[in-house]
Parts: sequence; structure tokens; C-alpha cells
Amino acid sequence: MSRTALDLWVGFFVAIGLAALLFLALKVGNLTSASTGETYALQAKFDNIGGLKVRAAVKSAGVVVGRVSEIRFDPEAYLAVVTIQVDARYKFPKDTFATINTSGLLGEQYIGFEVGGDSAMLASGDAIKKTQSAVVLEKLISQFMFNKAAEDGGKK
Amino acid sequence: MDNFLTRALIGLGRKVTSRIWRLGFAARFFLAILLESGTALRRLNLTIREIYFTGVLSLIIILVSGLFVGMVLGLQGYDTLQRYGSSEALGVLVSLSLVRELGPVVAALLFASRAGSAITAEIGLMKATEQLSAMEMMAVNPIARVVAPRFWGGVLSMPLLAALFSAMGIFGGYLVGVQLIGVDEGSFWSQMQASVDFREDIMNGVIKSFVFGVIVSWVAVFEGYDADPTAEGVSGATTRTVVTSSLAILAADFVLTAFMFRGV
Repeated sequence: MSRTALDLWVGFFVAIGLAALLFLALKVGNLTSASTGETYALQAKFDNIGGLKVRAAVKSAGVVVGRVSEIRFDPEAYLAVVTIQVDARYKFPKDTFATINTSGLLGEQYIGFEVGGDSAMLASGDAIKKTQSAVVLEKLISQFMFNKAAEDGGKK
Repeated sequence: MDNFLTRALIGLGRKVTSRIWRLGFAARFFLAILLESGTALRRLNLTIREIYFTGVLSLIIILVSGLFVGMVLGLQGYDTLQRYGSSEALGVLVSLSLVRELGPVVAALLFASRAGSAITAEIGLMKATEQLSAMEMMAVNPIARVVAPRFWGGVLSMPLLAALFSAMGIFGGYLVGVQLIGVDEGSFWSQMQASVDFREDIMNGVIKSFVFGVIVSWVAVFEGYDADPTAEGVSGATTRTVVTSSLAILAADFVLTAFMFRGV
């Protein structure tokens, strides 16, 4: 086989190999949507984070605006401290309300931002004051059952 | 009795030391390849020739098996997922299992049997017909001229082949899942994109396939170089290449997976 034909085949091989990698990166992976750009850190304290995980999404109005970067336990306040990396393109008011939500009934948990009306914006390193913990399904069910039992007991 | 026991112990000891000696020889051989790879990289046409033989000629088997593995994943995954009413997650299942595990591992296993055995047989036969000794007589270092280009050809081909395998597999899963069964196309792709991370999943897969490429190429050139210079020796070395590199791939896969995906 001549040198040119060999080079041609190898060039073809490398080109389709790289094309496959590009396909994986762009069409299969989230390289396009994942902002590799600047982020700033916010902190939020929760009584109970439920099943929230590191790298969970942070959504505002349903749009992903950041990711959870760290979860640790504050031994003095007995609270979970969640560090969030928010895309630097998005600014949120000081009185933004952070809640832990579940996508679907049994889906993954994510942090939702409900935007307030303050004109001052959260800056890097700020803490979110108003938070709402994850809804624990067992607690909800037991609450419902106890209420039901109490109602039934009252009727008699 | 005493005589028998001593002989048994001597046999055992000899077996263990020869294994360890061979392992040490393989490690020194690996170092020698790295030290002598200057020629392989300077005279790039040597390496390009080997990429043709190991990479381009493995294309057909990699593409076809990737397509079929993906199609089977599509069928089996749909069958299980639809019981839980989440057949839209088929894209996630197919892509994650291919990109993280099946792509690198199955491509490396195929590569070991398709290209690794060929490398071993070629080098072993060169040794049997004393071509390697002839090179040394002409002051040409056979490690630099014969072994290093084959090693680098294999190492460079492997990640590309694994990426092609994964891409073909995802296409196969798409064909079966979306075109044949009728899973919603939009959620197939969008759920896939939402859960496959470029750095965590795809780059780790590429790193895995690179490591597997080093393992397969190393085992293949070593077994060829170390083969007994007889017809039997070459055939035995070819078999050992496939067995050893397959086992090494699976073991290395476990170690790499344990480091990469600990489910934090």
C-alpha cells in the first residue's frame, strides 16, 4: 500500500474518531448547556436537606442557574450548610427564597430559587436568609395519619 | 517422602520466582519502550503505519459490534424501564452504560483480540525468523524500530475506537428505541443530555480507554518479544496476549471505576 493511501486511511480514521468524540460531547453530553464560565458562591442553611446531593441543580423559574458544590454540617447550629455555585450571568435579590424541591414524585431533589423584590442583589459569599427544608415524605404521611386519627377520635 | 517434599517445594519456588522475574522483565521492557519511543515519534510514518494496521483495520468490527450492543441495550433497557413507566429514560440508560463502561471495556476486549493478537504474532514471528537479531546485527534497535511504533499505534488508536464504539452504540439505541419502538425522540435526547456530564462521564471514559490501550499494547508487544522462537511458542504467546490483556482490562476497569464513580 502506498504511503499516500496509508496516510489517507489513517487521517480518515482519526477524523471520524474525533467526530465521534465531538458527537458524544455535544449531542450526548451537556457540554453546550453546561456553562464553563464564571460562577459565584452563595450559602444557604437548611434544617433538613433530605436527599440533596452535591452537583444537584439549582433552578429558578425551572431554568438551571447553578449547581450545588458543597454540603456540610454546621456543628454549632446543627444545620446543613449548602454551598451553591451560581452562574455569574444571573443576579438574584437579597430576599431570594431557597427551597428544596423534588422533580416528580420520586425524582431527584434540586434547589429552587423564588425571587423576592429587594433591589439589593446577592453577591459572592453571601448567605441566603430565607430557606425551606426538603419535604420528607414519611413525615408528611405520618402527620396526615395522626391528623386523621385525631379527627376520628374527636367525632366519637 | 522427604525427597518428594523438597522437590515439590523447589518446583513451587521456581514457578513463583519465574513469574515474578517475568513481571519484572515486563516492567523493564515497558520502561525501555518509553525510553526508545523517540524514534517512533520522530519517524512518524512508522507509527502511522501501525495506526493503520491496529486502528483502521479494527474499524469494521468496532462499528458493527457497537451498533449491535447499542441495539440490544435499547431492547433490553426498554423492556425493563417500561415496567416502571419510565421508558423515556432509555436514552440515559443507553448512553451512560456505553460511555462509562461498555464503550471502553468492550472496545478494548475486541481490540485485544483483533489487534493485540496480530501484534504479538507479528513480533513473535519476527523473532522466530531471527529478523530482530538481524536488526541488532545492523545496529538497529528492534525496540525502537519495531516495538515502540506498534505500542504507540495501539495507544493512540484505542481512545478513538472506544469513542466510535460508544457513538455507534448510542445510534443503535436510538434506532431501536426511537425508530422501532417509538420512545419519544425529544425526551430520549434531552434526558440523555441532562444526565451525561462531559467531564464526569465522557472524559472518564476516554481516560479509561487510554489506560486500556496502554495495557493491551504493552501486553501484546511484550508477549511477542518474549515468545519462544518456535511455531508453538508464537501460538502460545498469541493466546496469552488475549487472555492476559482481557483479564487485565477487566481488573483495571474495576480499579478505575472505583476511583472515578464512587457515587458521591
